[in-house]
Amino acid sequence: MLAVSASLRRGPFVLDVGFETPTPGVVALFGRSGCGKSTAINIIAGLLRPQSGRIVLDDDVLLDTESGVNVPPERRAVGYVFQDARLFPHLSVAANLRYALRRAARAPYVTRDTVVDLLALGPLMDRRTHQLSGGERQRVAIGRALLSQPRLLLLDEPLAALDEARRGEVLPYLESLRDQLRLPMVYVTHDFAEVLRLATHIVLMEAGRVTAQGKVGDMSLDRRLRSIIGPDEVGAIIDGTVLGIDPISNLWRVRLGSGEVNVQAGDLDVGAPLRVQLLARDVIVSTQMPRHLSVRNSLAGIIAGVQDDDSDSDLITIDIGGEKILARITKAATRELSLRPGMQAWALVKSISLRGHAFAARTDRRRAPT
Amino acid sequence: MMWLTAGESTALQLSLAVAARSVACSLPPAVGLAFLLTRKRFAGRTLLDAVVHLPLVLPPVVVGYGLLLIFGARGVVGSWLANQFGVELMFTRNGAALATAVMSFPLMVRAMRLSLENVDRGLEDAARTLGARAPDRFVTITLPLMLPGILAGTVTAFSAALGEFGAVITFVSNIPGETRTLPLALYTALQEPGGEHAAARLASLSVALGLAGLLLSELLARRLRRVLGR
Repeated sequence: MLAVSASLRRGPFVLDVGFETPTPGVVALFGRSGCGKSTAINIIAGLLRPQSGRIVLDDDVLLDTESGVNVPPERRAVGYVFQDARLFPHLSVAANLRYALRRAARAPYVTRDTVVDLLALGPLMDRRTHQLSGGERQRVAIGRALLSQPRLLLLDEPLAALDEARRGEVLPYLESLRDQLRLPMVYVTHDFAEVLRLATHIVLMEAGRVTAQGKVGDMSLDRRLRSIIGPDEVGAIIDGTVLGIDPISNLWRVRLGSGEVNVQAGDLDVGAPLRVQLLARDVIVSTQMPRHLSVRNSLAGIIAGVQDDDSDSDLITIDIGGEKILARITKAATRELSLRPGMQAWALVKSISLRGHAFAARTDRRRAPT
Repeated sequence: MMWLTAGESTALQLSLAVAARSVACSLPPAVGLAFLLTRKRFAGRTLLDAVVHLPLVLPPVVVGYGLLLIFGARGVVGSWLANQFGVELMFTRNGAALATAVMSFPLMVRAMRLSLENVDRGLEDAARTLGARAPDRFVTITLPLMLPGILAGTVTAFSAALGEFGAVITFVSNIPGETRTLPLALYTALQEPGGEHAAARLASLSVALGLAGLLLSELLARRLRRVLGR
């Protein structure tokens, strides 16, 4: 478990945060630029000292201003991947990695070979750092942080400086840290696509404060998320289970709640978890069992809530047997169908508009940091 | 060196020996002081900064006179050194090295401070999160990154040390073979009737030395920049 509470005042800027997440897990500190996310992880790393605060990682107190405990960053065993990589320019890639490995305070749980393999650093080892592309720099930075044998990895918008293609190049590596090394991570970002792919928990920040926190699934239904990501990105995120492949459509059958959807995705294992996002604007609501439609996915459920979304549309919450999904429809439609809580309803969504993200190791190379 | 006269050769060797000693002794304190003045905030920092830079704005004779007062036979430090260790600074080449060191010290510190200010402190923070403690960080990150400044400071100070005149002649006088460095030899030649030719040769030698120093430093700086990828 990682528990953080800290307050810091610097000029007009006031930070006052508190959150708690289980470990291992990936908690996303999510919010707009300038809301204090980076300040918060600098405090966790120990590079910034808050006026008051307490940080506990598993059973170790890293900071407790009340009792005067303040473990310096070099002894926290907390890895940090900076937005600008911060590779040492006077050292080669191999020497950058060695720098971390030599100073690791704990017995290695990640070897150099594992890191080189996991992040595909082999061809880069002899290069100087200025000969690397942005994506390569970040991969080396991640590798270097891993080799310091951290018990927690902090990542400060590691993809923000990269273009779309480079992001796609680095993201899978971060997923394998989560799934194969099961390394606890705190991931700072203002890009919800990264949260969707990586995070297990979200801490929502606004103007130096935590406004909401919880599991990604629960948070995807939270109204406070909408103000940051915008109405078009609102949608339920559900961690479903892969049931198998549908031989006719060649789509993956995935269990969500008590229903089932067909999703396009890459290689998956039967029984593996698959995260599916159902954007509220793509979900159609029917009050009758749908027939004669091209839509592949129909989820039966009970309406759990009808809320104002904006002046023209409503946000309908439908309980599909344990999981909830959101549908954004016009107020006119709500009136016409006289939708209200307790009614039976069917949520329809095209397979094309579903995004599936694998969320578990496909291999057995699991190693838990202790 | 067959194309130099015996006197020229002696003066040249003496100049190089004095400059080398002066630079070697002032290098460590200059690095330390540059670090202190750039990175630390403490009471009296501005005053210390001013004292270090004082030789730049004082007439060299004043520095030489000050050294006489402190390190001379009856000076506080001078008499103590003589009694405890039998070290004489007055009228010796070590004294000449001390005088040039004091004069060229601010040049060295300035160059180092400039490069230290350009060292990205984020890199030191990164080293910190990787487990490097303060002395370790200084040696493995800060020092290599300020190397261009250390190099520039060393070359500048060495060149200035070769040419130091006022403080040297005031503190250790003009003794052939002991304290008569190139500029002092040049000055002496100009004082003697018919010494124009000798003076011209010594002046040319000084120019050649200075030029060689500057070229060498530029070459080294270029190579360093390539290593550091800038």
